[in-house]
Amino acid sequence: MRAGLRRPILAAGLLLTAGLVSLAVLSLFWTPRPPGQMQIAMRLKPPFEQGLLGTDQFGRDVASMLMSGAWNSLSTAMAAVALGASLGCALGLGAAVWRGWAQALVLRGCDIVFAVPPILSAMMLAAFLGPGRGTAIIAIATFMVPVFARLTLGGARQIWSRPYVEAAIGMGRPPWRITFLHVLPNIADQIIVQATIQLGLAILTEAGLSFLGLGMAPPAPTWGRMLADAQTFLGPAPWLAILPGLAILLSVLGFSLLGDGLRDLLDPRAS
Amino acid sequence: MRRSFFPHAPAFLHRFLLSAALVAGTAFAAVQAEAAPKTSVTIGMSVEPTGLDPTIAAPVAIGQVTWQNIFEGLTTVDRTGKVQPQLAESWEISPDGLTYTFKLRSGVTFHDGEVFDSSVARFAIERARGETSVNPQKRYFQTITSIETPDPQTLVLKLSKPTGSLLYWLAWPSSSIVGTRSAENNKTTPVGTGPFRFVSWAKGDRVELARNPDYWNKQGAARLERAVFRFMSEPQAQAAALQAGDIDAFPEFAAPELMQSFEGHERLVTVIGNTELKVVAGMNNARKPFDDKRVRQALMMAIDRNTLIEGAWSGFGTPIGSHYTPNDPGYVDLTGTYPYDPEKAKALLAEAGYGNGLAFTIKAPQMAYAQRSSQIMQAMFAEIGVTMNIETTEFPAKWVSDVFKGADYEMTIVAHAEPMDIDIYARDPYYFNYGNPDFNAVLDKVQLTSDAAEQAVHYGEAQKILAGDVPALYLFVMPKLGVWDRKLKGLWENEPIPSNVLTEVYWEE
Repeated sequence: MRAGLRRPILAAGLLLTAGLVSLAVLSLFWTPRPPGQMQIAMRLKPPFEQGLLGTDQFGRDVASMLMSGAWNSLSTAMAAVALGASLGCALGLGAAVWRGWAQALVLRGCDIVFAVPPILSAMMLAAFLGPGRGTAIIAIATFMVPVFARLTLGGARQIWSRPYVEAAIGMGRPPWRITFLHVLPNIADQIIVQATIQLGLAILTEAGLSFLGLGMAPPAPTWGRMLADAQTFLGPAPWLAILPGLAILLSVLGFSLLGDGLRDLLDPRAS
Repeated sequence: MRRSFFPHAPAFLHRFLLSAALVAGTAFAAVQAEAAPKTSVTIGMSVEPTGLDPTIAAPVAIGQVTWQNIFEGLTTVDRTGKVQPQLAESWEISPDGLTYTFKLRSGVTFHDGEVFDSSVARFAIERARGETSVNPQKRYFQTITSIETPDPQTLVLKLSKPTGSLLYWLAWPSSSIVGTRSAENNKTTPVGTGPFRFVSWAKGDRVELARNPDYWNKQGAARLERAVFRFMSEPQAQAAALQAGDIDAFPEFAAPELMQSFEGHERLVTVIGNTELKVVAGMNNARKPFDDKRVRQALMMAIDRNTLIEGAWSGFGTPIGSHYTPNDPGYVDLTGTYPYDPEKAKALLAEAGYGNGLAFTIKAPQMAYAQRSSQIMQAMFAEIGVTMNIETTEFPAKWVSDVFKGADYEMTIVAHAEPMDIDIYARDPYYFNYGNPDFNAVLDKVQLTSDAAEQAVHYGEAQKILAGDVPALYLFVMPKLGVWDRKLKGLWENEPIPSNVLTEVYWEE
């Protein structure tokens, strides 16, 4: 508790993300009602009148859909960040070893990927692969790669110039051993902080993609599609837009705070 | 690189702010004082036409701007759907039904001054039926073998076989009479004989029309000086524009769930009318498992139409049992042929060899009615052990190329807008891949007579065949959700043909 007061940002971030994760995991075993179950006679009932958070235009339970949507959002975002981070880190670490043209190639590649908005690349991907979760994961991961590549390249170059690494080079250790024994462990905290922050961004992008119909196919509930469906119900049923909007807001905020808090914790000099 | 950044401001945020701003705007407009009787009207439409020549492209939005306002036909249909004379004053049909002799109206001129006579009428019909014609309803002219013009006021059509629907088809927007000098440019600057002339088209925003002072029919001349069509696809924006008074009428309001927000409004009225918009879930009858009639019948029985209408379209809609609407002549209510009965549906599926379930994909356009209906159908099919995946397919471009032209699909869903288009099931090729000689024979009989009562009997038979064979799942007819100013009179309440006829529209004092 005292630790929480000393680090309110970290505590708030932890609280929000822990809440999100536990709801998401819980949805795999239990939701108030099956999230896809329609009861059209019970459509558009406000919160507390029918279920905890009301029903949507098909009479589905909003609370159950939000829980199930949390899992869909979170698992997509995590898969995307994991994919993007491993690819990006591999590229960054490799570029730090070879330098020269390899480094230039990675950096210019990053610039190119940065120039294409993820929504656009997702739409192009969807045209080839068809919309779906896989497409969303690949699209989000694509724009994660340069973030991690640049981060690890910058961090790794610093480590490579440290005396103990130079000593290891002098002892004839192969570059891959140095990378895994000395470089990676020393920049791991930076990667973890970045990954946490990127998770929030990935959730936001996933919501954007499913809002546009490029995310998971129905009936799987996603926050983005809940928002999209709610658009014309803003007048008669405002909770349909407010609740998923709030869910997105709180999750992105949670991961952002957690990332900031972790950075302060792991790297006290930065703050 | 450490800070998180959000360069991709989500689209929904943008839309949200936009609608918030629009709602705020309504507060001001409500205070606006009423001026002297208005002589102009602003009509809202959800879809902007792709061009302004209804004789060369299919989108109904083209006719909804131009038909009866700019363009007229030899015949027309009135607000009840009955065929009436227009540029043809009268006609005679030979006893064998093979010769139609039209007496054309004199004193009619196009907006550019060209005089309308039989040579112009012949030009227009030849253009519509010729080799190079891209007329969307070209087949309506296929029985015409020759066009004769014995004198400027007489037009004779010779037919290869009796065509009982010819006079009705000649009233369609796609049969509009166009001028010889102006036809080429009608796509951008339409010139017709109607009560309004074209003024301007600001793409993405509006089309403006002005009263035609030289209109041939002094009694039927337009009462408005000016008419504007504005295009707005977002239902929230439509509602805001109506409430702000920026738009006087939305004859086809896009969101049924927002209709109740107009109830009790001091200036606006809601008018629910009939349309010809049949929402049907077509199946590829040539592809397994839909080549088995029992599968199609089982799927039909899995659907509770009333619940579907409630969930998808807020209860606005009439269930149908075949490809025919209650306002069409000879309508038979066939919703009871395969009524909602999940138990029977399961049994029938088992009989067809799909007792362990069935999975397929529906290619659903992005329109709200299609997406919502698909999701409800998905839930209803799940009840009988059928898994339906929903694949959103962009309409019109991708849907037209994949489904409509390519027939590369299992199931799809779309609203068919053309009135009296039950004959699409007799067309080959057509995306249903239906092909039933008995059905084709019944439809041929319809054309052998021009007697309405006899036609109605044949149409009844055709409906029954479709209701039994279920080449497509027949869901509901969308109503026309009209919202307009109380003082605005003369708009069509029903829509026997997609249109916005403004001739009789005026402002009450």
